[in-house]
Amino acid sequence: MAHEHTSNTKRIWVVFGILSIITIVEVWLGIEKPKALFHSNLLSMNLLNWIFIILTLVKAYYIVWAFMHMEGETKALRRAVVWTGIFLILYLTFILLTEGFYVFTVFRDATIKWNF
Amino acid sequence: MGSTVTTNNGVANVWNGGGAEPLGASYGKMMMWFFILSDALTFSGFVAAYGFSRFKFIETWPIADEVFTHFPFMHGVSMPMYYVAFMTFVLIFSSVTMVLAVDAGHQMKQGKVAIYMFLTIIGGLIFVGSQAWEWKNFIKGEYGAIETKGGSILQFVNAEGKQIKLADFAATLPEEREQLSRSRATWFMSEPTLPTYSVNEVIEGFKKNPDILIRTEVIYSEETAKHSIGAHPTLNKIKHKTILTREESLKRVNEAKIVIEGANLHRNEYGSKLFADFFFFITGFHGFHVFSGVVINIIIFINVLLGTYERRRSYEMVEKVGLYWHFVDLVWVFVFTFFYLV
Repeated sequence: MAHEHTSNTKRIWVVFGILSIITIVEVWLGIEKPKALFHSNLLSMNLLNWIFIILTLVKAYYIVWAFMHMEGETKALRRAVVWTGIFLILYLTFILLTEGFYVFTVFRDATIKWNF
Repeated sequence: MGSTVTTNNGVANVWNGGGAEPLGASYGKMMMWFFILSDALTFSGFVAAYGFSRFKFIETWPIADEVFTHFPFMHGVSMPMYYVAFMTFVLIFSSVTMVLAVDAGHQMKQGKVAIYMFLTIIGGLIFVGSQAWEWKNFIKGEYGAIETKGGSILQFVNAEGKQIKLADFAATLPEEREQLSRSRATWFMSEPTLPTYSVNEVIEGFKKNPDILIRTEVIYSEETAKHSIGAHPTLNKIKHKTILTREESLKRVNEAKIVIEGANLHRNEYGSKLFADFFFFITGFHGFHVFSGVVINIIIFINVLLGTYERRRSYEMVEKVGLYWHFVDLVWVFVFTFFYLV
């Protein structure tokens, strides 16, 4: 809770360690691009991209929960902020990416050439 | 439940909610949370729009590894990812010092809060400076390219398929084209900076060097190989930009209309125009957040030094500005993923 006065220094450094390791793994994967992951496809994205997105969400979790101290807030505040964000973002992303891909297929299958 | 309704009748002090703490958070902190939520939705709107454009041009979008390759003092060496990884570490570390400042504030240690706030500000400044450098490289460009009449970008590669600069092959022709400026004509007439080489010089240089090939925007795959004409038989790799045969390259180079060096909001040498637009807009908007975060941090830092929060017996302001700072870090984590990794 907001009113405790104990030191959380150890946890802060642990979280920093986790965030650093995840970033290093991401950068390593981004440079190496292992073929098995990069040349695959799951729901219109390759596995490497899915791994990046999941690792990013893990990082986001640690930043919000540990650094922004969301874990110490009441359940109602937590839900008001986190759920609102997550649901709206998921919805928006789904709609826009689906539509974007649809526009792509229209361009691709059209009789008029657009990129020449 | 902490969300019990709190009533607060007849209290004069209304600006801070009269001390009422719905959801167990003080007025200022809760408002910061809701500001962050709305700001997060704004950013996700931008990033989702980026995703829309990227899926719309999924076969031709620029490959980030080929765009952001610079590292300080490493001229000519292609080092994708390293610099932006460094920036990410700077920002994460400044988040750590910020949360340490908040932690020291809980224990009412003025000196420690001041030191950690100071380190956070330094981290923020390094980050903004790095971003400026990244922008500089992006705007300046490295290789140069030509844009065709159809609006697509053609880059040049050597016989091994490695990209080469216009300066490496462009011919020098006895033609002269003066930069139009306000001092040369009427006061209201000017034009954007002329590229180093004219279209004719690039085409002539290309024709004289039989080894040079053209690389298009299309990302090579079994799918795109079917409908792209004249793909080079040996140089192409899956998930890399398509390289054309010499015959096809000679045909395509005649379509050249403009020579492009670097990037601006209208066109860029890396490929899709929207790529540069979104890069400038999203990293710019994020950079502006970092900048305003630094300014707010400085204000709070001065207040810490003056002992304002000692007298108030509470370092909650540090906590609130900390929330904002972590949010900026959070956004960067996503920008990093979607611009550089994915």
